[in-house]
Amino acid sequence: MVIDRKARIKKTESWGEYFLFRVESPEVARTSEPGQFLMVKVSEITSPLLRRPLSIHNRDGKEVEIFFQIAGEGTSLLAAKKAGESLDILGPLGRGFSVKNELKGKEVFCVGGGRGIAPVYFLAKELDTLRAKPVVFYGGRSSTDLPLKSRFEEAGWEVKVSTDDGSLGFSGLVTSLVERELKLRQPAFLFACGPEAMMEKLSEICLKKNIPAEFSLEAIMGCGLGACWGCVRPIRRDGEVEYIKICQDGPVFLRDEIIWAGE
Amino acid sequence: MVDLSVDLGFLKLKNPVLAASGTFGYGLEFKPFYDLELLGGFVVKGLYYNAKEGNRPPRLVETASGLINSIGLQGVGIEAFCEEVLPELAGLKTAVIVNVCGEDEDEYARVAEYLSRHKGIAALELNISCPNIREGGRCPAQDPESTFRTVKKVKQACSFPVITKLSPNVTDITEIALAAENAGSQAISLVNTILAMAVDLETRKPKLGNILGGLSGPAIKPIALRMVFQVAGAVKIPVVGMGGIFTAEDALEFMMVGASAVQVGTANFIDPDACLRIIQGMEKWAENHGIFRISRVIGSLKV
Repeated sequence: MVIDRKARIKKTESWGEYFLFRVESPEVARTSEPGQFLMVKVSEITSPLLRRPLSIHNRDGKEVEIFFQIAGEGTSLLAAKKAGESLDILGPLGRGFSVKNELKGKEVFCVGGGRGIAPVYFLAKELDTLRAKPVVFYGGRSSTDLPLKSRFEEAGWEVKVSTDDGSLGFSGLVTSLVERELKLRQPAFLFACGPEAMMEKLSEICLKKNIPAEFSLEAIMGCGLGACWGCVRPIRRDGEVEYIKICQDGPVFLRDEIIWAGE
Repeated sequence: MVDLSVDLGFLKLKNPVLAASGTFGYGLEFKPFYDLELLGGFVVKGLYYNAKEGNRPPRLVETASGLINSIGLQGVGIEAFCEEVLPELAGLKTAVIVNVCGEDEDEYARVAEYLSRHKGIAALELNISCPNIREGGRCPAQDPESTFRTVKKVKQACSFPVITKLSPNVTDITEIALAAENAGSQAISLVNTILAMAVDLETRKPKLGNILGGLSGPAIKPIALRMVFQVAGAVKIPVVGMGGIFTAEDALEFMMVGASAVQVGTANFIDPDACLRIIQGMEKWAENHGIFRISRVIGSLKV
């Protein structure tokens, strides 16, 4: 992990409140793994004070991409940055998805809800490289919440989209779309990132269907390094539940390690 | 060349910058970013005798130029620290200071006694000022008598130099500082965080799981500076100043009002190399001002 204070923004794209930045940072790119994140400085002054944790969306040579949605003051400031400006990024951080050799040749469900689609691209790409078969599920409230649909399709993966309002693809929650698909086939693994309610439902489904799964959790983070213990949540380890740091031991956890709100 | 060293009497530091407890993990988390030996020293995260679970999340809220935390001193406990972490720190040529916590006065003494059987610790910092442990943010550092008793017990339990870390959540901080000095504390460090809260208007809920937390960051610097000034004027022992130090200039202001050394806390979260940048900035400032010993800045405020 490094601090790169001069990571140059090569390209920015935006769709309403969603943004995709391509950033040159050779050392960060070289060492990144899918599911890991960056701590991105959003302000040169002390307000907002903290860096923002953002998933690594893609790695391409010396460049990495971040995909984010405006969620507040910090991400608004970040969204205002232009190509040619530099970003101050810290990373790669955390423990990402377990892209294991045994997934080779097998179908793997990769589910992203809303801005939670961010790490799914890098994940699907790695699975593809491994010659596993990623099946991407991309859910949003409305068609405008699925700006990366064509990007996933262009990569040649099987892509299934859903919208809550039925404006594009399957009409309903992405979890219902996954359930429907599970009547037809059984994936070797399921990875997901998105709203808690979505992941909780997927967790239930995977338990019922006996599908191993990992989920990427979101948290407000102080440092991203494991130094502040601010981002913890209850996690089950060796039969015991304790407060575990999302930034250092996660953000990706195994299905049975996570304790959901409804439990 | 500027001589950056400062002498606390019981401990000579190669420069005045210490990383503050609770913001620097157990030190090792920052090894990827720079050589820890470049620091004056660092204070490891507060340790109870046993591992501590900490408070219910959410534990962090960002406010204007500040951060409220309610971590609640989650940590590994001294046994795991001494066996798994300390051996990696003990060889470092920098001051490793251990922050000591306790549910009661006896626990502080038991932790100190346990640590005294281990090598590689330069001093203890008594954390009698965490606002996240007892209901209503209360802590021993809010009462001169309980401050006196706690320091005294620790002094009797070990031969380490003791730095007592004070709370800003008091009416007159000088009387607490004097109580610590009278009990044999070799230095005072201040300030811990300021008791604070944040509210979510729509849900009508507190933003922290613990309801109350401690505010740190640039927002508290003027208050911290004032308190360091007051304490430095009241006690004879050295004072270690902290509270919202983000730049070399901030650090030098604390020294100017009387701090012999400083601690950098929240800044470590935003820039993991913050301490290093502050040390370098202090050296440059001194050079530009024709000051060849940084210790000359201590207490040089003109009033």
